[in-house]
Amino acid sequence: MTRLRVADVAEGDELPPLTVRVTRADLVRYAGASGDFNPIHWNERIAREVGLPGVIAHGMLTMALANRLVSDWVGDPAAVIECAARFVRPIPVPDDDIGARLEIGGKVAEVSADGTAKVTMTVRVDGKQVLGRPTARVALG
Amino acid sequence: MPLDRSFIGRSYPPAPVYEVGREKIREFADAVGATSALHRDPEEARLAGYRDVVAPPTFAVILSASANSVVVDDPDLGIDYSRVVHGEQRFVHHRPITAGDRLVAAIHVDEIITKLGNDFLTVRAEITTEAGEPVTTVTAMLVARGKEES
Repeated sequence: MTRLRVADVAEGDELPPLTVRVTRADLVRYAGASGDFNPIHWNERIAREVGLPGVIAHGMLTMALANRLVSDWVGDPAAVIECAARFVRPIPVPDDDIGARLEIGGKVAEVSADGTAKVTMTVRVDGKQVLGRPTARVALG
Repeated sequence: MPLDRSFIGRSYPPAPVYEVGREKIREFADAVGATSALHRDPEEARLAGYRDVVAPPTFAVILSASANSVVVDDPDLGIDYSRVVHGEQRFVHHRPITAGDRLVAAIHVDEIITKLGNDFLTVRAEITTEAGEPVTTVTAMLVARGKEES
């Protein structure tokens, strides 16, 4: 288990992309793990009552998946010293076994003299960005 | 009615101690599909220089979100929680969170802005050890949607 080194990373490098399917079962698992039991993430009736198209994914689950791309690439999850995102579009998760399909990508935006790199990610569902400016800063080895 | 801007700068005392457990880290890692052995195998984590298994980058939301409820539920501020959506989230890690950490989260209201009938509330959780060592700063921007005009 080794971290990427500064010498191995250059501005413009693309991270290996990731496709993730998120089902209702994944939402229930994330609710339990995170303690976020907001019913809009598991109860169709309540989601519709508050004006949503149906059950939607936790924004924080989407953000965690975007950072999984970065952790896998850098080789050490604790190398991610900063991460941020805006939640710009809800992700409806249908009540089937297929779920929603998230396409996650990332690129090295900057390598700094202090041995850190800034990564910008993209998370798309049906071709549309669901996170606004998701970024991470990683400490390289 | 817009939120009371005099709440800006207000702090709330730390929530009770949260002890980070190996199994909770594994459970959270499973839930976000994080496969690294550093979340699961204490020996691997020690070889990599950590005291114990390390938490995924967004694990601290467990502490910050529950601590944020002191603001969201503060009757004096009067937020209608059913109208709250999550706008933005940021984590700054001062050092990795590992199993065995005993952490507390102190909450600060950094900003309240009202725009086009919606309230934007920025809440910061400073997560430290019991002894006060900085561990993670978690900032969340919550949006309380205004009632639609008819």
